[in-house]
Amino acid sequence: MTIQIDLTGKVALVTGASRGIGAEIARVFARAGAHVFVNGRNEQTLQELCSELGGNAEPLAFDVCDPKAIKEAFQKLFKQTKQLDILVNNAGILDDALIGMVTEAQVERTFATNTFSVLYTSQYGSRLMQRSSRDSSGNAKGGSIINVSSIIGRVGNHGQAVYAGSKAAVIGITQSLAKELAGSGIRVNAIAPGFIDTDMTRTIPEDKYKERMSSIAMKRIGTPEDIANTALFLASDLASYVTGQVIGVDGGMLI
Amino acid sequence: MTTERLKVVFAEALGLPAEKITDDLAYNSIKEWDSTAHMILVAALEDTFDVMLDTDDIIDMSSVAKAREILKKYDIEC
Repeated sequence: MTIQIDLTGKVALVTGASRGIGAEIARVFARAGAHVFVNGRNEQTLQELCSELGGNAEPLAFDVCDPKAIKEAFQKLFKQTKQLDILVNNAGILDDALIGMVTEAQVERTFATNTFSVLYTSQYGSRLMQRSSRDSSGNAKGGSIINVSSIIGRVGNHGQAVYAGSKAAVIGITQSLAKELAGSGIRVNAIAPGFIDTDMTRTIPEDKYKERMSSIAMKRIGTPEDIANTALFLASDLASYVTGQVIGVDGGMLI
Repeated sequence: MTTERLKVVFAEALGLPAEKITDDLAYNSIKEWDSTAHMILVAALEDTFDVMLDTDDIIDMSSVAKAREILKKYDIEC
């Protein structure tokens, strides 16, 4: 039996979609028929991705660190579509330092990007979803918020207290919103990627890279597509009874 | 003075008869207007008047009169 996931008629927003995991999620969603708003800071990069995806995607450039910009972006979505079915909070940064060398700026930037943005987009996104998640009889049709956390947010890691804290908070936000929004038919889940081949992980020093690779039971680095496929499942009706979960996509990685 | 249109939105969102919707009706003063109902009310106002409200305005919307004052900021007379 072939199961095809069809997101036709769904409207999605993917933050941090300029490259890596976010871009791949946008590709997979667009291929499944969703209309995807791709977010990033660089309009031109977003335009290039949208050209690749054809008519199923359009750019929505804003800085996730700026609550005012988030508000304005959602007001634009409200005016334009009045619909949002899927929100993927993927935008994130990694900035490692030993605790004695962590700067205030590092803490603020990391939490603004990885954590606070999730709260603000979920706030406006869930309000939009509550509209589009009801059919004409007022019954919940369902929306899906997918937060990209990290294996580091679950188990922590040496030199990554700030990143781990920001991603652990995403799990708390996910589980709380799952409870708060379930009655509106909105599911909220998180994905906790392991070691994934992206620009972000390519900056890791060679010895650390080898160490991480040796900790993966499946003996290969993960791909953005591995994460995108899980996001596709969570966005789809196949996951219609799944909420408040954190799905590890890490090839059996141990830290 | 609460207009008919605003009154209807409030009445439907809070599940109250229209005659109970007066300018001084306040958030959390009756069991029908709790925080859950408040978000339903906001959605109804946004749908009716085609506007997405700021979070600060949602928090400030403490009465029917205040709702009308806030909507005025968005050029909505009601």
